Amino acid sequence: MNNILNQIGIENYIFLSVLLFCIGVFGVLYRRNAIIVFMSIEIMLNAVNLLFVAFSTYHQDAEGQVFVFFSMAVAAAEVAVGLAILVSVYRNLGSIDIDNLKNLKG
Amino acid sequence: METNLALVLLLSPFVGFLFNIFFGKKVSRTVSGAIGTFTVVVSFLMSICFFAQLNQNGKAIELSLFDWISVHNFKLDFGILLDQLSLLWLLFVTGIGSLIHLYSISYMHDDEHMHKFFAYLNLFVFFMITLVVGSNLLVMFIGWEGVGLCSYLLIGFWYKNQDYNDAAKKAFIMNRIGDLGFLIGMFILATMFSTLNYSELKHAVAAGDVNTALLGVAALCLFIGATGKSAQLPLYTWLPDAMAGPTPVSALIHAATMVTAGIFMITRMNFVFDLTPEIQNIIAIVGAATALVAASIGLLQNDIKKVLAYSTVSQLGLMFLALGLGAYNVAVFHVITHAFFKACLFLGSGSVIHGLHGEQDMRKMGGLRKAMPITYITMLISTLAISGIFPFAGFWSKDEILMVAFEHNKVLWVVASIASIMTAFYMFRLMYLTFFKDFRGTEEQKHHLHESPSLITIPLIILALLALVGGAINLPGSTWLNHFLEPILVAKHEEHALGSNEYMLMGIALAGALVGIAMAYAKYIKQSFVPKEDAAITGFNKTIYNKYYVDEFYTFLIVTPINGLANFFRTTLEPALGKAVFSLGSAANGLGTQGKKLQNGNIGLYLFVFVIGVCAIITYLFIAQ
Repeated sequence: MNNILNQIGIENYIFLSVLLFCIGVFGVLYRRNAIIVFMSIEIMLNAVNLLFVAFSTYHQDAEGQVFVFFSMAVAAAEVAVGLAILVSVYRNLGSIDIDNLKNLKG
Repeated sequence: METNLALVLLLSPFVGFLFNIFFGKKVSRTVSGAIGTFTVVVSFLMSICFFAQLNQNGKAIELSLFDWISVHNFKLDFGILLDQLSLLWLLFVTGIGSLIHLYSISYMHDDEHMHKFFAYLNLFVFFMITLVVGSNLLVMFIGWEGVGLCSYLLIGFWYKNQDYNDAAKKAFIMNRIGDLGFLIGMFILATMFSTLNYSELKHAVAAGDVNTALLGVAALCLFIGATGKSAQLPLYTWLPDAMAGPTPVSALIHAATMVTAGIFMITRMNFVFDLTPEIQNIIAIVGAATALVAASIGLLQNDIKKVLAYSTVSQLGLMFLALGLGAYNVAVFHVITHAFFKACLFLGSGSVIHGLHGEQDMRKMGGLRKAMPITYITMLISTLAISGIFPFAGFWSKDEILMVAFEHNKVLWVVASIASIMTAFYMFRLMYLTFFKDFRGTEEQKHHLHESPSLITIPLIILALLALVGGAINLPGSTWLNHFLEPILVAKHEEHALGSNEYMLMGIALAGALVGIAMAYAKYIKQSFVPKEDAAITGFNKTIYNKYYVDEFYTFLIVTPINGLANFFRTTLEPALGKAVFSLGSAANGLGTQGKKLQNGNIGLYLFVFVIGVCAIITYLFIAQ
């Protein structure tokens, strides 16, 4: 493990993570398709997970990896719920364009 | 047993009140009036019982009904004290009250709200009894406020006339000013002695070691309370206006009973006033001044009830003069005789007004002697009594006041004597204008002139008899009243040996009264003078006719500035404050309107703002580090 980190360097992991996160953010901001937005959120989540794991290794501390396990488990549950909502939205509206979700306006 | 009888005495008129207020409308007017009268008669009979008992064994009865207030070292019972003073008052309050209730059955019979009238009258008697029998100042204060309330209700009884309502409010507010004095005096006494019970206060004061300066302030405050209730300078102006109420009310409340409450209170607290001679001086001077001023206003009034009202103020002034000179028993004597003849005079004037269908202006009366002989004779007896003619009741009591004044201070004696001469003059002016010469009213009124029914004349006859012989309770030489009141008063009143001095004073008083009567006779019988119309009155007479413009002065000094202030608050301050509050509201509203636009349902925008926010927080955290 150390080898990998030594070869590549912690900063590259950070760059990659930031890049993934930004991709996620822009995906959320600019795409109208709810599924793509959803995927972008997952990318952001995974960017954070990656950072967790990288620093966990860097600090020689397993706690970060334990956290990632938790967050992946929770994310799996969340994905199931989110997709179920999307299916339901599609059934109701016939589309999954987030601009059509204005009915939720207060 | 005693407690039960005392409770009957106290609560009987209250039961009458409850009955009349809740069921009075359902029964006939006569029944309502009869029940109202009966409950007061019951109280009167109880008073006689207690009085006979006290007269026999001379022991005052003090009952404690329940613990009322118990805080730290201050403890107060709701107690009843039936001693010489309170029983005297009870006798004439309930006695004259019964007669006036009886009279009202006939007098008010055409009024559709008769049950309400009797309810208020009963409530008044209840509160008056409370005032009199309380064993401490706080119970007296309950009655004190209660009679003020009833006075307000009854002055404004014909509430559809706005003038009457104003008179009622005036009476109430003037009384409140006095009540504030009473309260403060009471607080000072409570602070000084940790009690308000009369006997405990008496012991505490007698024990010595008292801060006389503070006691003087308390006495002054109590006296201010008395000036409000008993219509003395400078708070007397409500009483003449109070004549707006039905005439029985004027007789009962504003002549015979309630207005003597101040004298009762000062006599009760005589042990306090005895220690503060400065305050006694003030009382004497205020009393004499009131007697003179009110008598002089009475000289030129044309409303029959207004004349009697000013004469009441004037007589009360004489009583206060006696109080101020430490002659409490003399003041009480005059209170009692005054109650007899003034009640009779008011009821007689009521009979006249009744006969003339509401006419109160003496310029439109005259010649009623033949049409209303009983009213005429009874009023004549009372007029002779109030003028101080031998041997009527008023002669003895007024003469005693003048004697006391002569002993202490010649100036006060002169003032009181002048007031007495004026009294004789205006009372006979009233008699001559009302009962002599020819009738000056309309033909229709003349046609309907008649003597009042017996329910009205019987009380008149009884009261006239009392006015005739009432002086017997305290004739010089056989001073029953003085001995009776001895346990109440701290300072012993020295007996007058009837010397040449006393006979001379009696002679002067009698001669003064005769002079007053002769002047009235010369002007109103010999010259057949009839007072001019309002517009034709000029000069100093006009000043007196308009009551020295005291009301206008008070209006200028107090009412107008308060109105101005209120107007300022209403037109300037309130809109400004309102605007400030409203602008806060509309600012919040505007902010909300703007903020509402942010929540437009555009999820893209939400996310964008969200990301910007996160970026901003992160940037801040970086910079902050």
